[in-house]
Amino acid sequence: MTEAVHETAPGAVREPVLSVRDLSVSFRSDTRTVHAVDGVSYDLFPGEVLAVVGESGCGKSVTSMAVMGLLPPTARIGGSIRLGGRELAGASEKELQKVRGKDIAMIFQEPMTSLNPVLTIGRQIGEVLRRHQGLSRKEARARAVELLDLVGIPAPQRRVEEYPHQLSGGMRQRVMIAIAVACDPSVLIADEPTTALDVTVQAGILEVLQSLRERLGTAIVLVTHDLGVVADAADRVLVMYAGRTVEQAPVHDLFGSARHPYTRGLLGAVLRPGGEGKRRLPEIPGLVPSLDSQPDACTFAPRCGRADETCTGGRPGFRSIDPKAGADARHRAACWHPYGADERSGTEGPATTGATDAVTTAARPDQEAGK
Amino acid sequence: MTTPQTVPAPRDSDQDPSRRQPPVLRIDSLERHFAASGGGTVRAVDGVSLTIGRGEVVGLVGESGSGKSTVGRCVVRLDEPTGGTVHINGTDVTHLSRRALRPLRKDFHLVFQDPSSSLDPRMTIGQIIAEPIKLHRRARGADVRARVEQLLGQVGLRPEHADRHPHELSGGQRQRISIARALSCDPDLVVADEPTSALDVSVQASVLNLLADLQRDRGFGCLFITHDLAAVEYLADRIAVMYLGQIVEQAPTAELFAAPKHPYTQALLSAAPVPDPVEQRSRERIVLHGELPSPLDPPPGCRFHTRCPLATERCRTEVPELRELPGARQVSCHLVGDDGAAPDAAA
Amino acid sequence: MTTATQTLPTAPGTTAKKPAGGGRLRALRRNRLALTGGIIAAVFVLAALFAPLIAPYDPAQPDFGNVLAEPSWAHWLGTDDLGRDQLSRIVYGARASMQVGLVAVVLAFVIGVPLGLLAGYYGRLTDSAVSRLTDTMLAFPFLVLAVGLAAILGPSLTNATIAIGISQIPAVIRITRAETLRLKHVDYVGAAIVNGGGDGTVLFRHILPNATSALIVQATVGIPAAIIGEALLSFLGLGVQPPAPSLGVMLSGAQSFLAPAPWLAVFPGLAIVAATLAFNLLGDGLRDVLDPRGGTR
Repeated sequence: MTEAVHETAPGAVREPVLSVRDLSVSFRSDTRTVHAVDGVSYDLFPGEVLAVVGESGCGKSVTSMAVMGLLPPTARIGGSIRLGGRELAGASEKELQKVRGKDIAMIFQEPMTSLNPVLTIGRQIGEVLRRHQGLSRKEARARAVELLDLVGIPAPQRRVEEYPHQLSGGMRQRVMIAIAVACDPSVLIADEPTTALDVTVQAGILEVLQSLRERLGTAIVLVTHDLGVVADAADRVLVMYAGRTVEQAPVHDLFGSARHPYTRGLLGAVLRPGGEGKRRLPEIPGLVPSLDSQPDACTFAPRCGRADETCTGGRPGFRSIDPKAGADARHRAACWHPYGADERSGTEGPATTGATDAVTTAARPDQEAGK
Repeated sequence: MTTPQTVPAPRDSDQDPSRRQPPVLRIDSLERHFAASGGGTVRAVDGVSLTIGRGEVVGLVGESGSGKSTVGRCVVRLDEPTGGTVHINGTDVTHLSRRALRPLRKDFHLVFQDPSSSLDPRMTIGQIIAEPIKLHRRARGADVRARVEQLLGQVGLRPEHADRHPHELSGGQRQRISIARALSCDPDLVVADEPTSALDVSVQASVLNLLADLQRDRGFGCLFITHDLAAVEYLADRIAVMYLGQIVEQAPTAELFAAPKHPYTQALLSAAPVPDPVEQRSRERIVLHGELPSPLDPPPGCRFHTRCPLATERCRTEVPELRELPGARQVSCHLVGDDGAAPDAAA
Repeated sequence: MTTATQTLPTAPGTTAKKPAGGGRLRALRRNRLALTGGIIAAVFVLAALFAPLIAPYDPAQPDFGNVLAEPSWAHWLGTDDLGRDQLSRIVYGARASMQVGLVAVVLAFVIGVPLGLLAGYYGRLTDSAVSRLTDTMLAFPFLVLAVGLAAILGPSLTNATIAIGISQIPAVIRITRAETLRLKHVDYVGAAIVNGGGDGTVLFRHILPNATSALIVQATVGIPAAIIGEALLSFLGLGVQPPAPSLGVMLSGAQSFLAPAPWLAVFPGLAIVAATLAFNLLGDGLRDVLDPRGGTR
């Protein structure tokens, strides 16, 4: 898991703004140790939207909190987090405070709890500006109005004087975004930014994020469980399962030809509105494993129809999916028996695998979760 | 809102079977108003009429603040309607006392949104499922346990699960328990209030499949309340869309998805992202502007006019009636013709 | 399928390969404290139950040839100004304390819990009436109320118990009402109503059991408060009447002899502290044990 991920865009060599290497996070409690994140690596390039996708407990939010240095002291963090050449893993709280809000910022799922209810919107945006950029009160206010306009809040002159409770959920999330981008950070981490919002409001927030990337060149890590949001907004996707990365690919490749069985399961299970009517949805059998141990095996193997002894006997590396097309390291998966590019998934029976030996696997043992 | 609204007749109301058997649920001009703390009245539900025939699944779709969950709670009388009537199996349950209602409760049940709060943490799974069976004296002694194990099997769990406590199970398993409890007395009506919203994607799929299977096998009528249009499509025969306490459109599922008439329905359908980047990025999205108005002071005229991209002067002043359209549809929009010709909010 | 047998995240400790040293120690210590508290509380209860068997002397029997004796082999904790054995008096005093503590709390719960349930569950008039009563009683500090009631009822152990019990009622009502109000809106209580449960089922099968954690905490605060209350009332002459022994009476009597015989104040004082602390520790431990979700977090 130490091999570096080289992301080279055709033509130009780009430097990543954020580079996470072999990140691991574990929490110790009275009775056990939980390995919430286990060897996660990714690069984020300027102006890029990288979606980190997974179900609850997969470690996607913990990864982001680690990058922001917001984990509680009980967390043990390993690996490296480099932001524009600066190492954040193990940095002191004082150093982190200088970086947070200025070079890297974060927005959360629930905007109400992140805003101070007794301060006006303008004050809260201005606070960040005055702290990091030393603006005067007046300058900060003028900039706050600009920022509110940038995130699509109508009548910003009036809104700066208002308090959080006077705004709707969608407007509050826009204010959070305005605060986050106030100092023009190079990286914005958006943790489930639309999950608490209605779909008609969600669309607007996604548009704001897109426009930020276009107008300010902000690179965005979009943490979400919603594959519809991913399809809408992401350039590249990182899929996580049980604390590990299982697949990474440009968004069209991921939806078009996912290689990891878990990704395929997830894509199959997701609901598509319109036109399909009543049908049976594909399920992923079994339960998410406990994070108490770090087995030297594929953690998805117990739920996987393609699993065999190789999968339970060794941890698959997170490597380029097609050795033959070695240049294309943009599509990676941690799987011993990944699907081929054109291979159809399903329960049709034993499948020939792409990169490794042909393995015959039993059909899915049981459709029923919890059996 | 006291506009008299016609009761939507089930499509086959003229045929004999349904003449003899009343619909499992008939809601008529249902209102639920609250006194707001700062004065005034919150019109959470304001004149909703809906009928569910035997074995029919009706989806009630709306965003937060639409009043859809309040409708569900009024139907199972966890909330008291302030106007209108609720008939279950032809019996008016709107004003029955709690005591008088108790024996009738075997006929309807509710599946809650969050399975971690809807199961009593101090009881075992067996006790939880057995409670309605015992209360309605459906079985006694050892038969109760047998019935519980049978139900566990039907929701895809093992008999041993009966001795566990809710916190020992996963979210999906807990929602299965909640479903088993709802079905333990063979109800004619199940109200499912966002049963999959608190669950992960892959678990959502298995719970939806389970509900669909059970509904097909047992034939209960179902009011499926959700904000998720995609989820409701897998289960519902018919969908009613709510906005600000009222139903704005009602249609058979396939027809609603194929040709939504009301501009709000169109916006809702276009806003739900499709998990396919090619399709999603080429879609025309109707972005609604403005805020959801307060149910304390709903806008005059059409309640949607403040956010409707097509609103005209008439929409601002005149309340649109929920009208019948061809093809067993209903819509409350001035811009939809009597023949069903609908405006395109995306244009 | 083997997947279901994998440990769910809530199954504690079974698969942790490297148990965290400090964490486990903390858990153990918490349990030890509760255990210690439980043992001390049990000693007090046993002493109270079997006082005549344990006490080496008759607690009321004066021995004028041996007044204000220092602790010795004959009198472990010394003797008082009338030559009575301190240890025997403490054992009998503990009996009075336990009696008051337990009986007063039971009294407060028997009256307070049903009222709190009714007020919280039915609301409206019931709630207004009960809440007014509670507010009025809470306007007086606990000890002032107890002293006032004891003064009205007349000095005796029984009356002191009743006074302390009554003065604890408002706190019990308040906590029960608050828990009921909270639980009334929890989904599983709604589910019980939809199940067809009557008020009895809802209140006694769902609301009351889930309120027990809070009530136990209240009880573990109530017992030591009652013990102190008894000591205070007896100290003021409103509780146990001399020559009958009580920790409060002993402290009261020890006042005049603080310089020549400090042990007369120290040992009864320590007994009060030990009893109070023991019940509080026991309560903390019980709260963890009684939580069905387990205490590891």
